[in-house]
Amino acid sequence: MKILVCITHVPDTTAKISFTDDNTKFNSDGVQYIIGPYDDYALARAVELKEASGGTVTVLNVGTSETEPTIRKALAIGADDAIRIDAEPTDSYFVAEQIANHAKDAGYDLIMMGRESIDFNGGMVHGMVGELLGLPAISPVMKLDIEGQTAKLAREIEGGKEYLELDLPFIAGCQEPIAEWKIPNMRGIMSARSKKLEVLAPSDASEAVKLQQYELPPAKGDVKMIDADNVGELVKLLKNEAKVI
Amino acid sequence: MSILVFIEHAEGEIKKSSLEAVSYAAAMGEDVTAIAIGPVEESVLKAAGSAGASKVLHAADSKLEKGLIQPYAKVIAQAMEKEGAKTLVLAKSSLGDPVAARVAAKMKAAFVSNVADLPDTSSGFSVKRSIYTGKAFANVEMTTETKIIGIKKNAVELKEDGGEASVEAFEPSLDDADFAVKITSQDKQEGEILLPEAELVVSGGRGMKGPENWGMIEDLAKTLGAATGCSKPVSDIGWRPHHEHVGQTGVKVSPQLYIAIGISGAIQHLAGVNSSKYILVINKDEEAPFFSAADYGIVGDAFDVVPKLTEALKAAQN
Ligand SMILES: Cc1cc2nc3c(=O)[nH]c(=O)nc-3n(C[C@H](O)[C@H](O)[C@H](O)COP(=O)(O)OP(=O)(O)OC[C@H]3O[C@@H](n4cnc5c(N)ncnc54)[C@H](O)[C@@H]3O)c2cc1C
Ligand SMILES: Nc1ncnc2c1ncn2[C@@H]1O[C@H](COP(=O)(O)O)[C@@H](O)[C@H]1O
Repeated sequence: MKILVCITHVPDTTAKISFTDDNTKFNSDGVQYIIGPYDDYALARAVELKEASGGTVTVLNVGTSETEPTIRKALAIGADDAIRIDAEPTDSYFVAEQIANHAKDAGYDLIMMGRESIDFNGGMVHGMVGELLGLPAISPVMKLDIEGQTAKLAREIEGGKEYLELDLPFIAGCQEPIAEWKIPNMRGIMSARSKKLEVLAPSDASEAVKLQQYELPPAKGDVKMIDADNVGELVKLLKNEAKVI
Repeated sequence: MSILVFIEHAEGEIKKSSLEAVSYAAAMGEDVTAIAIGPVEESVLKAAGSAGASKVLHAADSKLEKGLIQPYAKVIAQAMEKEGAKTLVLAKSSLGDPVAARVAAKMKAAFVSNVADLPDTSSGFSVKRSIYTGKAFANVEMTTETKIIGIKKNAVELKEDGGEASVEAFEPSLDDADFAVKITSQDKQEGEILLPEAELVVSGGRGMKGPENWGMIEDLAKTLGAATGCSKPVSDIGWRPHHEHVGQTGVKVSPQLYIAIGISGAIQHLAGVNSSKYILVINKDEEAPFFSAADYGIVGDAFDVVPKLTEALKAAQN
C-alpha cells in the first residue's frame, strides 16, 4: 500500500504566541517547532499500517526550508521518503492545490492528514484536497482499519461516533486515539539522515485569503478567590455578578 | 443578492449554533436563505425565520438522513447556484467544516473558519478569525467573489424576533457516486447536551481519582443543566468517553461558564477553554496554573467542595 501523510510544521503546544513587525509576522524567537499533533497521529497510524501489511509511507509538507528538521523527524519516526513543496503555506486553498497537484498522478492508496493544523485550525485542507481529487475525505477519524481495498473507520461526531465503510483511495483527517504518538529511536534518527527528501517547486495556484494583521486577545482580569467553606458566596457571584446561572 | 446559511438539525431541532449563523448572515444586511438537509419537520424549519432567515430550502430526501459529506457539499453548492448566493455562512462543527471545505474547492471560494466577528467591509472584505487554538486572532482579507464563512460560537448575538420563514422543497441532483461512503452505524448519546454547543460545562480532571467518582460531576452538571467534559488523560485512560475531552487536541468549548474540577490547567487544556466567558476553578493546590486563567477560584478538596456547591445551587433554585 502506498500512503501519503501530509504534515505541518507548527509551534510547540506550549509556545507563547506573539507577533512582530506591527503585528504582521509571527515571532518565532525561542519557539520550538514540532510535527502538528494531529499529523503525528496520522503518521503513527500510517507507519503501523505499513508495518502490518507492507508498502511505503511518504511524508509531504508545503513549506520553506525551515521545515526540514520537522520533516526529518517524520522520517525518523518511520516514513520512507519525503517531499517538500517549496512555498510559504499562507492559505489553505493554496496548500490544498499543491497537495492535490502532487497526488493527482502519484497513485497513493491512502492520503492521511491531521484533523486540523494547530496554527490556523482550519480543518479544511483534507476536504479541499478530496474535492480537488474527486475522492472522499473523512474527518475526524479516530479508528482506521484496512482489509484489501476496503477501509472501516470511526469518525467522531458531536456526542458520539459514527462507523463508516469505504473503498480506497480516500483521504483521512486523523485524531486520537487512532494510534499512539511514536517517539523516534536512535536507529530511526540515524537512518532518517540518508532517506530521500525531494524538494519540488510549487505549482501555479491561487491565493484566496490574505493576512492583514494579527491580534492578541485582551488580558484576563484577576481571579476572585472564594473560601471553600463559603460556597454560598460563590453561588451569589455566579448569579448576580457573572449572571451565568 | 442573498446569503445562504447551512443549518444543521439534531434530535428534531435546529442547532443553536446554526441559528447563530442565520443571525450572523442577517446582521450582514442582506436577504438570508437557509438550507436544511435531511428529514426534519417543516414547522421546525420555519423557526429559522426568528433568527433572520426569510426562506428555508429543504432537501428532505431520506437518503440524506445521516451527515454524508460529499452529497451535502453538492446540495449546498447547487443551492448557492440556484439562489445566486455569493456568500455561504455556517457554524463550525464536525459536519460543517468538512462540508464547507468541499464547497470551497467546488466553487473556488475563499473559506475562513473560526470567525469571531462580523466582516469589515470598509475596504475590501475582511474577517477576524481565531488562530493558534484561541491564543490569537488574525484579520484576513477574502479576495474571491464567492466566500464561505465558518463562524465560532458567540460570534454574534442570536436574534429571536419570533418571525417565521417560508419553507420550500429543494430537489438536488445527486448520483450514486456521491454515496460511495457508507455509514454503517452511529453510536450516540440521545438527549445529551452537546459539549461544543453548551452554555455551561462541568469538567473533571485526573484529580477526580477515578471514574467511580464522576457521580458528583454529573450531579453538579445536572443541577446546572450543563454538559460534562474532561481533561485528556481522563479520556486517554478511559474514565470518560473521548468526545468529552476538552483542549488543544480535543473539543474547543465557548460556554458562559466553564467549571474545572481537579484539572491542573496545562496550556494544552487551556487552549480549549480560553474563549469561555467565565471560568471557575476548584483545585486543592493553590499553585495550580489554572487559577491564573480563572475568574473565580476555590482552593479545596473536590470531594468536599463539589457536593456542597451542588447543594447550595439546588437551594438557590428553590
Ligand atoms: C501535544 C499535546 C496536546 C495535549 N492536548 C491536551 C488537551 O487537548 N487537553 C488536555 O486536557 N490535555 C492535553 N494535553 C495534556 C496536558 O499537557 C496535561 O497533561 C493534562 O491536561 C493534565 O490533565 P489533568 O489536569 O487532568 O491532570 P494533572 O495534571 O495530573 O492535574 C490534576 C490536578 O488535580 C488536582 N487535584 C488532585 N486531587 C484533587 C482533589 N481531591 N481535589 C481538587 N483537586 C485535586 C491537582 O492539584 C492537579 O492540579 C496535551 C499534551 C500534549 C503534549
Ligand atoms: N503546509 C502544509 N503542508 C502539508 N500538509 C498540510 C499543510 N497545511 C495543512 N496540512 C494538512 O492538512 C491538515 C488540516 O490542516 P488545516 O486545514 O490547516 O487545519 C493538517 O493536519 C495537515 O495534515
